Amino acid sequence: MKDEVTREERVDNLKGMGCSRKRVEDARFTQGKGNYVDDVKLDGMIFGDFVRSPYAHARIKSIDTAAALEVPGVLAVLTAADLEPLGLHWMPTLAGDKQMVLADGKVLFQGQEVAFVVAEDRYAAADGIEAVEVEYEELPVLVDPFEALKSDVVLREDLVAEDGSIPDGAHGPRKHANHIFTWEAGDKDPTEEVIANADIVAEEEMYYHRTHPCPLETCGCVASMDKVNGKLTLWGTFQAPHAIRTIVSLISGLEEHNIRVISPDIGGGFGNKVGAYPGYVCSVVASIVTGKPVKWIEDRMDNLMTTAFARDYWMKGKISATKEGKITGLHCHVTADHGGFDACADPTKFPAGFMNICTGSYDIPTAYLEVDGVYTNKAPGGVSYRCSFRVTEAVYFIERMIEVLAIKLDMDAAELRRINFIKKEQFPYTAALGWEYDSGDYHTAWDKALKAVDYEGLRAEQAQRVEDFKAGKTRKLMGIGLSFFTEIVGAGPVKNCDILGLGMFDSCEIRIHPTGSAIARLGTISQGQGHATTFAQILASEIGLPADSITIEEGDTDTAPYGLGTYGSRSTPVAGAATAMAGRKIRAKAQMIAAYLLEVHDNDVEFDVDRFVVKGAPEKFKTMKEIAFAAYNQAIPGIEPGLEAVSYYDPPNMTYPFGAYVCVMDIDVDTGVPEIRRFYALDDCGTRINPMIIEGQVHGGLTEALAVALGQEIAYDDMGNCKTGTLMDFFLPTAWEVPNYETDYTVTPSPHHPIGAKGVGESPHVGGVPCFSNAVQDAFRPFGNTHTNMPHDHWRIWKAANELGLHG
Amino acid sequence: MPKKMHIKLNVNGKDEEFLAEPRELLIYTLRERLNITGPHIGCETSHCGACTVTIDGKSVKACTIFAAQADGKEVTTIEGIGGPDDLHPLQNAFKEHHGLQCGYCTPGMITRATKLLEENPNPTEEEIRFGMAGNICRCTGYQNIVKSIQAAATEMNAAKEAAE
Repeated sequence: MKDEVTREERVDNLKGMGCSRKRVEDARFTQGKGNYVDDVKLDGMIFGDFVRSPYAHARIKSIDTAAALEVPGVLAVLTAADLEPLGLHWMPTLAGDKQMVLADGKVLFQGQEVAFVVAEDRYAAADGIEAVEVEYEELPVLVDPFEALKSDVVLREDLVAEDGSIPDGAHGPRKHANHIFTWEAGDKDPTEEVIANADIVAEEEMYYHRTHPCPLETCGCVASMDKVNGKLTLWGTFQAPHAIRTIVSLISGLEEHNIRVISPDIGGGFGNKVGAYPGYVCSVVASIVTGKPVKWIEDRMDNLMTTAFARDYWMKGKISATKEGKITGLHCHVTADHGGFDACADPTKFPAGFMNICTGSYDIPTAYLEVDGVYTNKAPGGVSYRCSFRVTEAVYFIERMIEVLAIKLDMDAAELRRINFIKKEQFPYTAALGWEYDSGDYHTAWDKALKAVDYEGLRAEQAQRVEDFKAGKTRKLMGIGLSFFTEIVGAGPVKNCDILGLGMFDSCEIRIHPTGSAIARLGTISQGQGHATTFAQILASEIGLPADSITIEEGDTDTAPYGLGTYGSRSTPVAGAATAMAGRKIRAKAQMIAAYLLEVHDNDVEFDVDRFVVKGAPEKFKTMKEIAFAAYNQAIPGIEPGLEAVSYYDPPNMTYPFGAYVCVMDIDVDTGVPEIRRFYALDDCGTRINPMIIEGQVHGGLTEALAVALGQEIAYDDMGNCKTGTLMDFFLPTAWEVPNYETDYTVTPSPHHPIGAKGVGESPHVGGVPCFSNAVQDAFRPFGNTHTNMPHDHWRIWKAANELGLHG
Repeated sequence: MPKKMHIKLNVNGKDEEFLAEPRELLIYTLRERLNITGPHIGCETSHCGACTVTIDGKSVKACTIFAAQADGKEVTTIEGIGGPDDLHPLQNAFKEHHGLQCGYCTPGMITRATKLLEENPNPTEEEIRFGMAGNICRCTGYQNIVKSIQAAATEMNAAKEAAE
């Protein structure tokens, strides 16, 4: 058979890896036909909402629900007393702690769930909430973790023994009633010795403020208990639907096969939707009690005040170096404010996440990290906001320490980085704090970035600007923000990564249909990343069927294979790998079918784009489409009918994306307003699946980095009142504040990933935050600044200028 | 309970008539009563714009207006802007230029952009950024939203010119 189509055309026709395929998700989203959880409507559905605590720390003396039950439309009011007989008034957290579902005798943070009002519609639920009478007795409030570690005020009486002793927690011994854990990595004594004897030591304390992922869609769910069949269906904003099913089974006692969890379209996650929240438990209970489907949707204030804060790390660092600038040691201590319950979403063995990536991109021979987790009267959470577990904190820490060391050495910070980078030939590289970096080429990326922005030219311009400022010719300073980051993503190897005992593998199941199209289902769930587009591209390249002929489905636990979900940039590194591996199983069977059809030995055919060809005789071939049909209509000796495969992929290592960012900023010292003149972002995420989507991820991640660095925070007053509960106070940048970004790349494939991909969604956030912050700090460096804390909002920038005497 | 009000609206070309409490918000009317779920709820304080609709030719955030305030008016949502057989150039441009990711802000974003381009068919980038500042997107960083709107403007102007 003569082939009319060129090989190049056949490759293009697949829309496989490496092409900027347009997204298949967009048709429904642009026409208002997305299906988010609040769009789920069921017959007889009712609504639940919470009575929340106005106090940050108080004892509950009484709850009177009688008046609420008289409100028209109110059907039930649940309190802890109602949940206790079911054993559901507390629930386990992802961090090995437990958390009140509804206030059990006391409240520990403002906005805590006290009672759950169930009503015929949302207005009636709101009326019911108003009518619930709760009598509180205020208790002393602890919002400062350092104070909490000294205070006699006990936040968690449930974690203190009757004799007053402090039992161990989930992560070992506790030093104080308000202490959660101490977690260490590296070598303490050698590090302290190196630092004590070093030529140069730079020290800095920095606070990485509390913030929040704040996806545009808040959290919510619909629970529907079918009492006839004994089946519970739970729709919700779940970044990890399969894990949620297991958790629901464990805490409710319902058998797992009787629970179906569905994550419909999700309106952004960024870590907010990883955890299990009281709203889910209460909705399930309310549905069981009433026999009706129950919907619970957070409002924005609920979301910002109660579900899933991020960061809140008080970091103290020491970094030592030779006079020439070669780093010899790094010491880091963190006081981690976890709020009223330890509900951090980290792999079980890592209570401070992967904070021990804090040696960054540098060859640092000796290092030590110690993290103390502390209870305070703030909301629980501690999720990874657009980053792999605490990697943003780690990268911010090291990228600030490098700048502080550069000041101490009176050295250019770009050069200091260059002489300390891990060299290309050192990979795989085992860092002092234990991780084995899989691959990297930092010098090439750094040189490319500095050249692209004309770094020397920028420094000359900056020096001139300082002169002009001193001469009274301008009131604007210029900052050059640098950052070089190494991420650690793709959690992770089952040998050291699990959540609640569930290994962090992921999965893909593929069915090829007779006419040569396919469906693939994965254990992950897209929240805007475009999985339906990109995973089809991986498969197209692996199995030789067009991406347009492959449907990708995620998020329904009744149909998709088990997986740990989407967060920590793990979808491509783990589920993407599973997709490639499942694809290769399909191909292996297809090879046998092709050989049978071509009447040659299996080894005499080879895969070529979209077909198997007889080696040395490319005119003899069977296309994958033909092979698919044969799988269903031929009786082939020794081969089962059908063409399906499943892969559960346990990654041998994490992946380590990296990148080099430069931000150029002008700062008006009189108004404190920063103007971003230029932002250059070079990302190396290994093999690139869809450049268009990569760029989109970089734009978005940088914008979330801008937000965090320049204004976004969850702030409390001394009484534990959350001061940033609406979008009036909580900074989300608009199109007006955000610059255009320049994106660039190098490609260093991961050596252990089947297609060499490393993940990219979170890199720009991880690398972006220190870059924006360094730009602000760098502007003030000529005037004696070493460090000021984020967020660098206009007021804080003005204050920094003022404290440096720049207002005359 | 306060007396219900008699409200008449025209939504996406269709007359609707119902009794509602004075406190019923328009977004609730659209999403719950009329099952028009394109407009979304993101903040309930008029900051995010996910609920943006057009009322008598003006962009309005449906989460902070009562249904009663829209009585007698014409309301257009994303569902009234274009569908599978008559896509609006903006809907197409957002797809072509990767102007969306999670899609939650998109209906409000496109609805707002239709008005922006009506008011100013040749906006500069700065005018687009200013004109869209009432609509928040958490995913895209806006760069491709700006690009999408520019591309749609170019296409719409070319079509207009060709028609003249």
